[in-house]
Amino acid sequence: MRRIPAADRVTTGAVVMLLLILGAATLVPMLSRQDPLAIGDVLALRLIPPFSRDAGGTWHLLGTDRFGRDLFVRMMLAARVSLALGVGGSLIAAAIGTIAGALAAWRGGITDRLTMAFADALLAIPRLVLLLVCAALWQPGLLTVLIVLGATGWMGVARIVRGEVLGVRARPFVEAAQALGVSHWQVLWRHVLPNAVGPAIVATTLGVGNAILLESGLSFLGLGIQPPRPSWGNMIAGGRDLIVSAPWVALAPGVALIVTVLAVTLIGDRLRDSLAGQHAPFARQLGERS
Amino acid sequence: MSVVARRVADALVLFWLVVTLIFVLIRMAPGDPAEFLVPPTATAGDAARLRTDLGLDRPLVIQYARWAGAVVRGNLGESFASRQPVSRLLLDAAPVSVALGGISLLLTFLIGVPLGMFQAARRGRALDHLTTVLTTAVYAAPTFWIALALVAVFTYGAATLGLPQALRLPAFGIRTPGGVLHGWAGFLDLARHAVLPVVTLAAVGAAGIARYSRSAVADVLHESWVGTARAKGARSSRVYGRHVLRNITPQLVVLGALSLPGLVAGSVFVESVFAWPGLGKAMLVAIQARDYPVVMGATVFYAAAVIFANFAADVALPLLDPRRMAKSA
Repeated sequence: MRRIPAADRVTTGAVVMLLLILGAATLVPMLSRQDPLAIGDVLALRLIPPFSRDAGGTWHLLGTDRFGRDLFVRMMLAARVSLALGVGGSLIAAAIGTIAGALAAWRGGITDRLTMAFADALLAIPRLVLLLVCAALWQPGLLTVLIVLGATGWMGVARIVRGEVLGVRARPFVEAAQALGVSHWQVLWRHVLPNAVGPAIVATTLGVGNAILLESGLSFLGLGIQPPRPSWGNMIAGGRDLIVSAPWVALAPGVALIVTVLAVTLIGDRLRDSLAGQHAPFARQLGERS
Repeated sequence: MSVVARRVADALVLFWLVVTLIFVLIRMAPGDPAEFLVPPTATAGDAARLRTDLGLDRPLVIQYARWAGAVVRGNLGESFASRQPVSRLLLDAAPVSVALGGISLLLTFLIGVPLGMFQAARRGRALDHLTTVLTTAVYAAPTFWIALALVAVFTYGAATLGLPQALRLPAFGIRTPGGVLHGWAGFLDLARHAVLPVVTLAAVGAAGIARYSRSAVADVLHESWVGTARAKGARSSRVYGRHVLRNITPQLVVLGALSLPGLVAGSVFVESVFAWPGLGKAMLVAIQARDYPVVMGATVFYAAAVIFANFAADVALPLLDPRRMAKSA
């Protein structure tokens, strides 16, 4: 049997972890008989330690929070929110970034300069600060976080796509397509973009981890997802003052978050490394935590 | 010198863009700032008076000109909440954040770069993969979670596990409340309070730098002059300490500038968890109180720091890398 390279084993592990979390996030809240939002007999159920049963004999894998809600079920419900926002936010950012970067490179001139100046100005404000300001100005909630994650995350992708499109448009097959009379948009869409999106896909994958982290940060500070709807960030915030008496309430959701972001980042790293041969200069810029 | 002049001009244009952007952003927000600035008991007349006071009834162009003009003069307005000048508020909070960030950044590089070198030297081996997973895990951890985990271990845990008194670290504020300590004792007290916040920021930062240094060092190790140095019998410490480090220094300088936004984000969380009276905390308090002049001022302040760091890295780069000097001349 062929020996599997260690790097691939790490990636396989990451994919398996991510699938496990996805599966659990889908199934656990569906199958569980406990309502992760309902508050029952608080005094009897609250702060039960992990791996134990409550007075009614119900088993709690990770114990309960201060309102007696099962931590594991809540964590998996939160996983849906965090994953959806992380993936959704990055995809919106990727779409904006691809369009902005491609147009800037393709049109050149004033379009290019204005787009890139706008991107530079946004990049000069630390993304968390930008997120905090936006989240504070608008009503906090699911949709706000999603839009704001997209609106503040596109600049990296735009720069990468712009660079790639500039490189590709100089290649002979683009000229050939234009000589054949293919319209501008056709050339851009059919011939240039497919050859330029590789690094953008890597950036988007790495961006998912970043978006999940930022969402959790906003929710931790009370400006993201609002309780009682659980997100990993607001669950950690909810256990913050219990860190001495019941540390699992704050720490357990963080472990789920770390495993998820770790898995996504390792997969993104692997994608980047496999692209690095063709795109060394851009591969290096990727993966800066903002 | 003209290169530097152009960089200064670029930085100033960028700063102006950011100032404009912040203005637009705040004005895009739904609702009238005067509405939620007045107490709930206020009448419509009070709100109107406040609107006039704040200049909110003037055309947008005039508001923008006033704001931009004031920023240029270093006047960031007055805090709605405390009626203090915003610049004063920020300058009072800045030293805490700058000290916290500066020490953490230093530690970040002192830990991260050697760790990356260590990995690059063993690239592809089990130890390298294990370290990569570990650094990526720390990198994947939210700053506030690491902070809370450290609190759990070193304040609560240290007491229950019976760790020595020296390891029972304070997790709140920058000084022990009550007794005012002076001189050496005061410094020691401050240092003990700083351990957990600094370790939190440095851990996250070092993980990121190690991830980057690993690939940067690995690239350099392929160069022929590394082989030459080794063939000449240079010891490993000399190859890494002199040749490799010297060659990745320009990249590290750029990375230092690029890591500023991350550091700012980290300090917001760390100052929130450990109740440090820095810029991040000031901004959070202002956001919760909808104290817009402070929010705008802090954002301008952060952006100015980022722009300056990038500018400094740009200017320093040719000095550190003679190959670039030849290109930019």
